[in-house]
Amino acid sequence: MKILVCISHIPDTTSKINFTNGDSEFDTNGVQYVINPNDEFGLTRALWFQEQQGATVTVVNVGGADTEPTLRKALAIGANEAIRVNANPTDGFFVAKQLAEVIKNGGYDIVIAGKESLDYNGGMVPGMISGILGYNFLNSCTAITVDGTNVTAVREIDGGKETVTTSLPLIIGAQKGLVEEKDLRIPNMRGIMTARTKVLTILEPVDAPVNTKAVKFEKPAPKSAVKLVSADNLDELINLLHNEAKVI
Amino acid sequence: MSILIYAESAEGKFKKVALELASYAKKVAESLGTTVTAITINASNVSELSKYGVDKVLKVNNDKLSGFTAKAYADVIKQAAQKEATKIVLLSSTTDSNYMAPLVAVALEAGYASNVVSLPVNTSPFQVKRTAFSNKAFNITEINTDVKVLSIGKNSYGIFENASTLTEEDFNPTIGDGDFGVKVGSVEKVSGKVSIADADIVVSGGRGLKGPENWGMIEELASVLGAATACSKPVSDLGWRPHGEHVGQTGKPVATNLYIAIGISGAIQHIAGINSSKVKVVINNDPEAPFFKVSDYGVVGDAFEIVPQLIAKFKAFKEQQS
Repeated sequence: MKILVCISHIPDTTSKINFTNGDSEFDTNGVQYVINPNDEFGLTRALWFQEQQGATVTVVNVGGADTEPTLRKALAIGANEAIRVNANPTDGFFVAKQLAEVIKNGGYDIVIAGKESLDYNGGMVPGMISGILGYNFLNSCTAITVDGTNVTAVREIDGGKETVTTSLPLIIGAQKGLVEEKDLRIPNMRGIMTARTKVLTILEPVDAPVNTKAVKFEKPAPKSAVKLVSADNLDELINLLHNEAKVI
Repeated sequence: MSILIYAESAEGKFKKVALELASYAKKVAESLGTTVTAITINASNVSELSKYGVDKVLKVNNDKLSGFTAKAYADVIKQAAQKEATKIVLLSSTTDSNYMAPLVAVALEAGYASNVVSLPVNTSPFQVKRTAFSNKAFNITEINTDVKVLSIGKNSYGIFENASTLTEEDFNPTIGDGDFGVKVGSVEKVSGKVSIADADIVVSGGRGLKGPENWGMIEELASVLGAATACSKPVSDLGWRPHGEHVGQTGKPVATNLYIAIGISGAIQHIAGINSSKVKVVINNDPEAPFFKVSDYGVVGDAFEIVPQLIAKFKAFKEQQS
């Protein structure tokens, strides 16, 4: 079984968010980059298939040379090989087209992509790959078992979960719950050493439309100070919530 | 060239976010000199949409669509959009609509923007404001395709009544076996509880509550308020509460009307995830807790003394109201 895990290279989730160049670009100064958390759940699940069912795991990122340390980290965690498509991931459809090309050429059975990257929160790449290739697609996936080409999987829905059956080839949108937080793989010494010798292929992008463009960024307006209510005067809180905030 | 909205329903009844979507669409339609068409799937009382400015509804009634199937529903919306020659397709930001939005976009060769928080900034070029960096910033996104698909963030615009005359039309799009490559087997819902996504009020507990055995008062407060219960990441990781209650950057997003955080200090990732909530109330023993800096109202003190009092006072308040 061939598995492709799509990795986004994003600012660490505790980073300060600032913009430069007339607020048209994210300020990368002093920012540490990591694997998108949703993708990490997907990568760990892929490694389970590698260990239990002999699957090969390829990781792919659409990005510039600056993303290679993140790809090497994924190799250190246990992926077999990596691919970087040499293009800036400025638009979800453009990225999906690049990944679709890699998938077509590689003949992958399962494609795992985090359902949303925590930087631009587009939430569109896994679904768009499915739309482009016509492969089955399950979003918000929190469990998956594969038997031949038959798949049983679980999708998280509002207030519960849904069990589905489908077949390979399959795209899944990964998220927390696909594996337990405590079972997330991290690189060990051996992984880090072998990562250096694993293959990282650089591909040039294919021609594809760029349908959207982030033209400007804004930080939220500063909040007014909190209204503190004394613990001895909780009636006032009820009053504020009803008469001022009008939420009860 | 009307604006098309997918008015999402559950068990036949329109979700609140569908009414918000209609309100948003009406405003955009008016500014563009066009009308609003809604596509509904197995909805019971479509005439309700006339209260919110919808001009036409394409009603789909089909047993094959009784459970949500992303590809089939996306196919229905695509056919409705083509029938209406629409340039703007609007969806809500629910789990199901988010699942199918990219499929709709690709089918219509449309650029897509998710988490849109206000009316378009510009229509030519077409620009919308959306959230990014997990609610820590906004970006203005320009969509340069002929057709645009937008997902409107919950609680970002509001529900506004705007009476219209509604034309109802039965719509029978073609759906084939190819739309059902993913088949739903069983659905398990936590019975009787309102989900975090649908709740108007969310009561959330953190590590300050010291242990799972103390959650009784959280559940009681939620029950009195008709609220959903939620928790912070450490509480979920410790196994004190079910994973489904974890809200925050890597948990569920919360865009409710009232978010009450009890014993939660306010890590950046937690605040990011719940930031789209309209009103935030924080109850914490520590006056330096970062959460107080971003909340609307706060009480500094011992949750174990405050919450039982709040339960009694909310109960009395509710009785007074009825």
